[in-house]
Amino acid sequence: MTTISETPTREPSDHGDGGKTPLIELKDVGKSYGNIIALSGINLRVGAGEVTGVLGDNGAGKSTLIKIMAGLHQQSEGQLLVDGEETRFDSPKDALKKGIATVYQDLAVVSLMPVWRNFFLGQELRKGPFRALDAAAMRATTKEELHKMGIDLPDVDAPIGSLSGGQRQCVAIARAIFFGARVLILDEPTAALGVKQSGMVLRYISAAKEQGFGVVFITHNPHHAYMVGDHFVLLNRGRQKLDCTYDEISLDDLTKEMAGGDELETLTHELRR
Amino acid sequence: MTTQADLDLSKRTVVTDERVRKQKPFQRLLVRPEIGALFGAIIIFVFFAIVAPPFRSPEALATVLYASSTIGIMAIGVSLLMIGGEFDLSTGVAVTFSSIAASMLAYNLHLNVWLGSLLALALALGVGFLNGYLVMKTKIPSFLITLSTFLMLTGINLAVTKLVTGQVATQSISNMQGFDSAKAVFASSFTVGGVSIRVTVLWWVLFTLISTFVLMKTRIGNWIFAVGGNQDSARAIGVPVTKVKIGLFMFVAFCAWFVGMHLLFAFNTVQSGQGVGNEFLYIIAAVIGGCLLTGGFGTTVGAMIGAFIFGMTNQGIVYAGWNPDWFKFFLGAMLLFAVVANNSFRSYAAKR
Repeated sequence: MTTISETPTREPSDHGDGGKTPLIELKDVGKSYGNIIALSGINLRVGAGEVTGVLGDNGAGKSTLIKIMAGLHQQSEGQLLVDGEETRFDSPKDALKKGIATVYQDLAVVSLMPVWRNFFLGQELRKGPFRALDAAAMRATTKEELHKMGIDLPDVDAPIGSLSGGQRQCVAIARAIFFGARVLILDEPTAALGVKQSGMVLRYISAAKEQGFGVVFITHNPHHAYMVGDHFVLLNRGRQKLDCTYDEISLDDLTKEMAGGDELETLTHELRR
Repeated sequence: MTTQADLDLSKRTVVTDERVRKQKPFQRLLVRPEIGALFGAIIIFVFFAIVAPPFRSPEALATVLYASSTIGIMAIGVSLLMIGGEFDLSTGVAVTFSSIAASMLAYNLHLNVWLGSLLALALALGVGFLNGYLVMKTKIPSFLITLSTFLMLTGINLAVTKLVTGQVATQSISNMQGFDSAKAVFASSFTVGGVSIRVTVLWWVLFTLISTFVLMKTRIGNWIFAVGGNQDSARAIGVPVTKVKIGLFMFVAFCAWFVGMHLLFAFNTVQSGQGVGNEFLYIIAAVIGGCLLTGGFGTTVGAMIGAFIFGMTNQGIVYAGWNPDWFKFFLGAMLLFAVVANNSFRSYAAKR
């Protein structure tokens, strides 16, 4: 693939495998809030058809990293590249326009609103002289798209708050995919879910990967990350501790690194029974 | 679309939750925000029709509708704002502010009253914008911001009126240019079957219809629900939260201006101390009509029914020959009943 600026916007699967430009790349990115340095020296790449797992414990800087990629915050140092071009997002809308969609764990949906209104929120279909909402088409599309993702809702008019956590997460992911996202940033999609529901979400992540989407999978669960990830980036206290591929690390090592290596061993010793 | 490539997604077994049952039409009706208010309105109507014989006449209904309409027009704006998750305590005095501004600008600058009204509209929208801008920029709860606006406008109304006219009321503008046409628009009456009906009733119904259309059938309406239901989600998805909320505050200001114009052209002169306390009536109408105080839920049809309940009680007590001092007591009791009823309707419907 050459580096002509005319890059495909809709078909991420068109990218060849060799020597391609990452969909999104961070170079030495840092962020400080006043005198607090939340992040520094972060390097990260997400290619088409790849899952990059970003791991870190509470307070490691995961949320800040997401916010930079999603356009909610701007980095205070370093570069953010989209399709190899340096970019700066001023708002989440900018990021969305570039095909980067973020699915937040806790603020993915407006729970009092019906499923279909949530699905099309911000990108409503309209028709007629008064630019009225095309409710019928939106209901049908929502039902169809969710069905494709394996969720069969009897009623897309139900408030989305009445759905299970896994279903809500999947609605949010399905929405991002439907609206032409190329990169999905998933903020702890499995954190609040039970085993079965987590499995449901993880299966979608790998399905999305196979379809050629780039996925940034943020989690503090190394088991979940290892199941679907191609790259792993480990954050600790705002810095990058680890950057490796699936082949370079085992689940045990990843878990160990994640828990702070020696700390975990000490803990195992202490708690041995 | 990229999702056309189904892959193995379609082969996967469909995840159906066997605990989800389809809602019956009746349950769907019960979950409507304004259903509690509708029952309440019917009960109150029947009640006054029994205890107060004059209440049954068409003339009485016209009077009730008029009393409801002046509250109702304002309650449309207030309920939209409440659905959008914000409050405005300055609405009562904003009405007086608009009419004083229009009256004084026209009188003292010798303008056509239409021009005075338009200048007042600009001022009112300016106040609404300021409310919204301050709430969004400072992130201070709208309760506090608009409480300040309320106090400031109250002061301005009184002080400026006294300063300019030397009295607490503005001069009559009834013989000024454009008064008659303005009165025809804002404060005239028309006769239907021998019963005189105030034009505000028509405006009230028209505004309710338009706002219902906007709320339920347009993108703006979707955004209003979203910013009220979950502001952060809405912003993350790309809804222009700040614009929507400032717009809502400005629409409230527009409603206040409209009611202000009605009062001005109905009475020719404005008492500068008027309007204090009315902001609660508008909020009450919206809440009785099923709007959630926390935002994201409600309808303007509900606010219309809420205002109608207000009008019925207001006039019904008079027709029943009771001491009108009891009015506030009834209003309070009704509000209490309405919020408890709405709450249990909602949880009942949600459990189904």
